[in-house]
Amino acid sequence: MKFGVIVFPGSNCDQDCFYVIQDILKQPVKYIWHQDTNVRGFDCLVLPGGFSYGDYLRTGAVARFSPVMKSVVEFANKGGLVIGICNGFQILLEAGLLPGVMLRNTNLHFICKYVYIRIENTETPFTALYKNNQILKIPIAHNEGNYYIDEKGLEQIHRNNQIVFKYCSKDGIVRKKYNPNGAMENIAGMVNSKRNVLGMMPHPERSAEKILGSDSGFLIFQSIIQWLKDK
Amino acid sequence: MISPRDYTMLGLNEEEYKKILDILKRQPTPTELAMFSVEWSEHCGYIHSKKWLKLLPRKGKYQTLIGEDSGGIIVGDLAIVFKMESHNHPSQVEPVEGSKTGIGGIIRDIFTTGARPIALLDSLRFGSLHQPYNRYLLTGVVDGIQFYGNCVGVPTIGGEIYFEDSYRGNCLVNAMCIGVVKKDKLVRARAQGAGNLIIYAGASTGRDGIGGCSILASQEFKASEEKRPTVQIGDPFTEKCLIEATLEALSTGHVVGIKDMGAAGLTCATSEMASAGNSGIEIELQRVPRREANMQPWEVMMSESQERMLLCVKKDKEKEIKDIFAKWGLYAVAIGKVTDDGIVRLKDKGNTVVEINAHALTQAPLYDMPAKKPLHQDELNSLDVSKIKEPSGYNQILLKLLGSPSIASKEWVYQQYDHMVQTNTVVLPGSDAAVIRLKNTHKAIAATTDCNGRYCYLNPYRGAQIAVAEAVRNLVCSGAEPAAVTDCLNFGNPKKPDRFWQFKNCVEGIASACEFFNVSVVSGNVSFYNESPKGAIYPTPSIGMIGIVENVKRICTQNFKKEEDVIILLGVTKEELGGSQYLKEIHQLVKGDCPDLNLNSENAVCATALEAIRRGYVNSAHDCSEGGLAAALAECCISDKENMIGAVINNLNFNMRKDALLFGESQSRIILSCSKKVVSKIRAIAKKHKSPYSIIGETGGKNLIILNKEKKIIDLPLELLSQKWRNGLHRYIRGIEDVRDIRNLSS
Amino acid sequence: MFKAEIYITLKKTVVDPQGATIKHALESMGYRHLEEVRIGKLITMKLAFDDKKKAEEEITGMCKKLLANPIIEDYRFKIEEAR
Repeated sequence: MKFGVIVFPGSNCDQDCFYVIQDILKQPVKYIWHQDTNVRGFDCLVLPGGFSYGDYLRTGAVARFSPVMKSVVEFANKGGLVIGICNGFQILLEAGLLPGVMLRNTNLHFICKYVYIRIENTETPFTALYKNNQILKIPIAHNEGNYYIDEKGLEQIHRNNQIVFKYCSKDGIVRKKYNPNGAMENIAGMVNSKRNVLGMMPHPERSAEKILGSDSGFLIFQSIIQWLKDK
Repeated sequence: MISPRDYTMLGLNEEEYKKILDILKRQPTPTELAMFSVEWSEHCGYIHSKKWLKLLPRKGKYQTLIGEDSGGIIVGDLAIVFKMESHNHPSQVEPVEGSKTGIGGIIRDIFTTGARPIALLDSLRFGSLHQPYNRYLLTGVVDGIQFYGNCVGVPTIGGEIYFEDSYRGNCLVNAMCIGVVKKDKLVRARAQGAGNLIIYAGASTGRDGIGGCSILASQEFKASEEKRPTVQIGDPFTEKCLIEATLEALSTGHVVGIKDMGAAGLTCATSEMASAGNSGIEIELQRVPRREANMQPWEVMMSESQERMLLCVKKDKEKEIKDIFAKWGLYAVAIGKVTDDGIVRLKDKGNTVVEINAHALTQAPLYDMPAKKPLHQDELNSLDVSKIKEPSGYNQILLKLLGSPSIASKEWVYQQYDHMVQTNTVVLPGSDAAVIRLKNTHKAIAATTDCNGRYCYLNPYRGAQIAVAEAVRNLVCSGAEPAAVTDCLNFGNPKKPDRFWQFKNCVEGIASACEFFNVSVVSGNVSFYNESPKGAIYPTPSIGMIGIVENVKRICTQNFKKEEDVIILLGVTKEELGGSQYLKEIHQLVKGDCPDLNLNSENAVCATALEAIRRGYVNSAHDCSEGGLAAALAECCISDKENMIGAVINNLNFNMRKDALLFGESQSRIILSCSKKVVSKIRAIAKKHKSPYSIIGETGGKNLIILNKEKKIIDLPLELLSQKWRNGLHRYIRGIEDVRDIRNLSS
Repeated sequence: MFKAEIYITLKKTVVDPQGATIKHALESMGYRHLEEVRIGKLITMKLAFDDKKKAEEEITGMCKKLLANPIIEDYRFKIEEAR
């Protein structure tokens, strides 16, 4: 299963994603420079975390116009798997591949720490190997993780069961006090209506090896591989 | 005609000017004069410190590399490059931009060697948080560090923050960076090979920070008003692109030498690259990319615009290098070439404006400063402990100490730093020393910064030794063997003999301790003139030390892991109150001598802890420092918020003042916890290394209870300890209402 | 009642990395006639004053003390009666 990790100027977590896919999952993976428009032959595209274009103007706003993004949109429309992590999620929102927008964290600070998230939907290629309501220990590191969507949009994502991860307590209770950034309904990750595009704020590539503190995120990558195998 | 006013305004004295006339055999041009003034300033030339810095050992247990801008050690087939540098004065003036550019500068010093930066640490000091301006500085500096470090993708994994009145009016911001590269891929900062090209790469040149180096760093702070226009602005996005472009360019093999443009920008880069390569350099100044109109040659040479590098590239490889930088959106322009006449020759539109022998520029006249013990030192060191009233209860004292900003948890700070990017951090901030794994090996690097300025004020020699010893102790508690040091020496005005006495004694202390522990000092920085109208700062020789973890599976952290574990104390507790946080916070006294230090005892304790950790016997390890034994035990109980475990310390049997027992800061003490079945094994290791050893209690429960001679002296619930410790810093940060008072800079 | 629009901009001599990056991005999207792009802040406020001069003094004070960082920023404002 060939993975492609897209690199924008300012991406920081591209090498971390590449390492997990190549060295931990032992899958073929290539970097795709943001000016490359050829995404043929890939099974899953990864938009990694970081500060593309310094997060200038609005986070993800400039990256979304990179030449590669046209191809990513086409790839997604054809059903290809796309996972956007942190800044990657922000770029997918700006590009319209996922609905809604990211605002600044309510405490107005960058937050880097472990949080707990609960699986809300196991019927996606990214979460099929998890159990419903399973709790993951996984780190966040962002300035803008405060997810917002208008009323109409919120109704729609509920109707289509698009919410995949919610911030929660160690025991899986979803409540405001366990919400690190003010995100609407504690939303930490979601898919599009076709379920082939995932955006998530927490970093699964930082939670794929026990030695780093938690390997809860490993199954996200495994689920992708399994789904591609079964296809 | 150059008048005395011209050269004194630039910081040169009459004798130095005479030397310049002697070197050139004519009057200098304005640009030449400016170049001499920065190369011969304290920051670039180390004119007051160099003679003493020679004492610092360059040999240690690992092969040492001493480069032009940084240094490091060889471990296996890897070179670990690291350095710490100060950005004190700019941060006092504009804390966000000052700290941003400090981070940017130190990162460049590392990747200019070909090493990918893998970690940052910050050693910070401010005045008391009771003053609004100091709160403004703290939040500004933290904001600057997070803004730059997070965006550039290098994890900030550790550091320290102290609050002392002596830093009021002159904060300290020392930034340390660590990088790794295969040893055969290291690059030097040398221009070599006549005909090779000199290529300027990175951001364009403006008037940022002109003269920042010679004006800001070589004079004391008076009213800071006039210094403001020289603040530089940092752009971490450009720096990130510069890191990737530079490493890519270096991988081509076409780059002969490279240097970053930091203090005094092009001046330092050209003269130092030429001098280091025993070559000459010829530059056409009009080719330098500029962002402002009508810049004079001296402005181009003095500019401290950030995110710029100077490369020496093989003569026919220009296009290939340019294309790499262009791909990342950066300028790369050939501005000159290497010559073989040893002269730095700068032309502006055909006119020669500078023609100086490179060595003459970089070999600044050095000074031997007089040192004199301060008149008040003996009085300062006399402490009549009998006059210090013992408190009636100790619980409130422990809570107060844990809540004091210097000891309190720094979680509020490090959670604003991305400390996990690059997925190497295996011991996160919040323990004694952070640990970064080296992927595709079994090894890891541990790193810490340490210095207690108050100790150095009371006893510069031993205080500095303690800074080294404490770094050693912090590293072993994480499971690492201390390997090498970088230092950032922060002192007052070297022209004042009492300040210089402090400097000289600190350097001697560092040298003796590093020699003892067999760790080389591979790089460093000197920051003088840290004074405000209120006086000099405490002598603060920050020690940045790295250690090597042989097996990344055998690392250790400071929090108790399980109930019913045995708690062991290695080391000796003496009745020492001098210089303690307790004496300062509770009795408002900074007096006495700093704690005693016996290097052999320190070694015995550290060797025991390290061996026990390496053998997998230890569940937690934490050293005693500020706040003494009680604070250290509390930290062991509460460091992990999700797994707080109490302790009952019921085996203490001391005949000393109880406040000294609980809060005295005796050195060379480490608290270990382990399961009952391995206690005898640890005892045997302690015996082998001749380390003092005693079992002092057991983990368990929801309280910290300490008894001496079976009498309870501390009994506190963990929830309360945690609340005080975790809010100690944050409770001062009231936010934007403080900004009201900061504009008049009355600090 | 007066309403004010306060513009906080970087001083002319201060480099603007955001502006430069956005200019680059716009150019690569096909906008070719750009000379310079700089980014600032717009703050709007309503003030309960009867006297325009007093309102202006108040705003100037706010700008100097909090809204602008005098080391790197300039301020200017427009003020008119709120209807």
